[in-house]
Amino acid sequence: MKKKFNLEGLGCANCAAKMETAINKLDGVKEATVNFMTQKLVIDGDDEKMAEIIKEAQKIIRKIEPDTRMVKA
Amino acid sequence: MNKNMKKRLARIIISTVLLIIAVIIDVENEWLKITFYLLSYLIVGYDVLLRAGRNIIRGKVFDENFLMSLATIGAMFIREYAEGLAVMLLYQIGELFQSYSVNKSRKSIADLMDIRPDYANVKRNQQVIQVNPDEVKVGDIIVIKPGERIPLDGVVVEGISYIDTSALTGESVPREVGQGQEILSGCINVNGLITAEVTREYEESTVSKILDLTENASNKKSQSEQFITRFARYYTPIVVILALLLAIIPPLLIEGASFGDWTYRALSFLVVSCPCALVISIPLTFFSGIGGASKKGILVKGSNYFEVLARTEIMAFDKTGTLTKGVFEVQEVNPIGMLKKSSIASGLEENNIDKKREFSEELLELTAYVESFSNHPISQSIRKAYGRDINQNQVSEVEEIAGQGIEAVVSGKKVLVGNGKLMRLKKIAYYEGELLGTVVHVAVDGDYYGYILIADELKLDAVGAIKEIKASNIKETVMLTGDNKTVGKMVADRLGLDKVYTELLPADKVAKLEELISQTSQKGKLAYVGDGINDAPVLARADVGIAMGGLGSDAAIEAADVVIMTDEPSKIPEAIRISKKIIGIANQNIAFAIGVKTIILILSALGITNLWMAIFGDVGVTIIAVINSFRALKIKGNIKKSYV
Repeated sequence: MKKKFNLEGLGCANCAAKMETAINKLDGVKEATVNFMTQKLVIDGDDEKMAEIIKEAQKIIRKIEPDTRMVKA
Repeated sequence: MNKNMKKRLARIIISTVLLIIAVIIDVENEWLKITFYLLSYLIVGYDVLLRAGRNIIRGKVFDENFLMSLATIGAMFIREYAEGLAVMLLYQIGELFQSYSVNKSRKSIADLMDIRPDYANVKRNQQVIQVNPDEVKVGDIIVIKPGERIPLDGVVVEGISYIDTSALTGESVPREVGQGQEILSGCINVNGLITAEVTREYEESTVSKILDLTENASNKKSQSEQFITRFARYYTPIVVILALLLAIIPPLLIEGASFGDWTYRALSFLVVSCPCALVISIPLTFFSGIGGASKKGILVKGSNYFEVLARTEIMAFDKTGTLTKGVFEVQEVNPIGMLKKSSIASGLEENNIDKKREFSEELLELTAYVESFSNHPISQSIRKAYGRDINQNQVSEVEEIAGQGIEAVVSGKKVLVGNGKLMRLKKIAYYEGELLGTVVHVAVDGDYYGYILIADELKLDAVGAIKEIKASNIKETVMLTGDNKTVGKMVADRLGLDKVYTELLPADKVAKLEELISQTSQKGKLAYVGDGINDAPVLARADVGIAMGGLGSDAAIEAADVVIMTDEPSKIPEAIRISKKIIGIANQNIAFAIGVKTIILILSALGITNLWMAIFGDVGVTIIAVINSFRALKIKGNIKKSYV
């Protein structure tokens, strides 16, 4: 299952790269991409683990760049 | 500028004013001076300090906030108040400029790709109402006024107009549409009012698909982007450790070395330790490139394909539909038998031009009449070449001879139209020379009149495109075709291709392609150009698969890595050119940023430069790299046309 999110206020490219690396390491994630230019996050992961993945991703994003908001696209 | 940026700007201005006051204030009161410095520092840098503190608590140390805090507080400690403050001030100015330019480029790329229709005029209950395009269903009737964007794919039910497809194809000549013809969303209706029946919902419409494609294209990261991400991961910690060593070791080992002096040098290290310039400018370059290319009707489905295209060594092509039009047309009408007969009778030269034209018309007319009852593609192309109305009453006793031709009586004359076999069967001497294409011989009342040659035609820009491709460092151009040897060879010769493999079944094409891939050098790549209709496996197997004629063909868009929206082969050298330019810009940015940073690191270790230079190494380099990456957006000849 693929889920898309907008990352409002994503302002630092290095942070985007860090978020991507961290989210990719989450259990059940097949592929995650953070696009700094379009301010979008796409997570491709296992259906049953998706809720957990989204929760964890949110935490990661808040930790790396607290001003960024993750909104469902 | 948004609210955040305005706030930042205000802080920068207030802080600068305080800095000026602190500098020009009476020197006697040291503490008053320091108070002004500190006040100014806190106003401009409090958020950086806060974020640094918060990150330390979370266990994230090596980020730019921490580095800036450390560098500036360090400067304050060694009593370089003005410099410490200036570093923070310039860092904030740099950040402001950076977010401004990133926002601006995001917006300008978004504008460039803005082919999203805002509304649709739907006919409901005899009334035309404006609705959101995704509320329209298949079968609904929509009205598109002149100047409006076509909101959904459909078929014209009423009206004639020109439509501008340039937003999708980069093609500036408008296309005429009328009743029964397909219109694609994203194009602009230029002059007439058209009514259309919707054939695809918004989500499935061309415009949604293309937008989706371009927006996700930069998700596929290029090698340079991957390199930068890896580089950034190691670069910052290494520089910070070096800075630490620089501050501690030399003062202990070298006699007379002051602690303050070496700390100052170490602080310069910290300032240049942020990899921002690279991390921002490289994705920006590729993203701009994707935007710029899509404006020219070239959809690149991932940043990585720019690299592959720029490194292509062998380029393989499909023939029919790719280099040729894929439509059969009359290439030659040769009344060779009629000319011979008339020259014997009248003594005129055999190649008398006027006679030839007259006979050609007669020959074509007779053939068109005979073929008027058939729906075979060959018959259709002959009728198309004739182009006038056919009075079928003049044709009688039509008899089809399977696999050979047709016999019929036209205005009292017995006409025989068919291939060589038919001529032999009827014992008629005919022209037996080798001809490239399908030949239709014609005989009237037992006399051989001549022949009509029907063949596929080269695309107008094919020859020029191949020439350009060969000029752009491509080592070998190859054609893979299912067609026979004679035709394949002729087409390849006419285009100037290096090699041609003929009579290949789809599976053979994949095998041939693999053989060619094995011939490329270690870094060299192979590109395959096809029409995406029956060569999907070949497109997928190539290092980069390029499909032609993407507009309105979902198959082509699905199968390929790069989609040329129009039918023009000349877009291929253009795609190579764009790729090279983008890779060039990315490499420049990498070399420039790493180079300048390294030089500044060395100079500051030697104590030759100061903090100011280091700030240039951080903020200045970023700004220059970002400006450089904007060039990727500007592809030559990229003129936006507007009709009102």
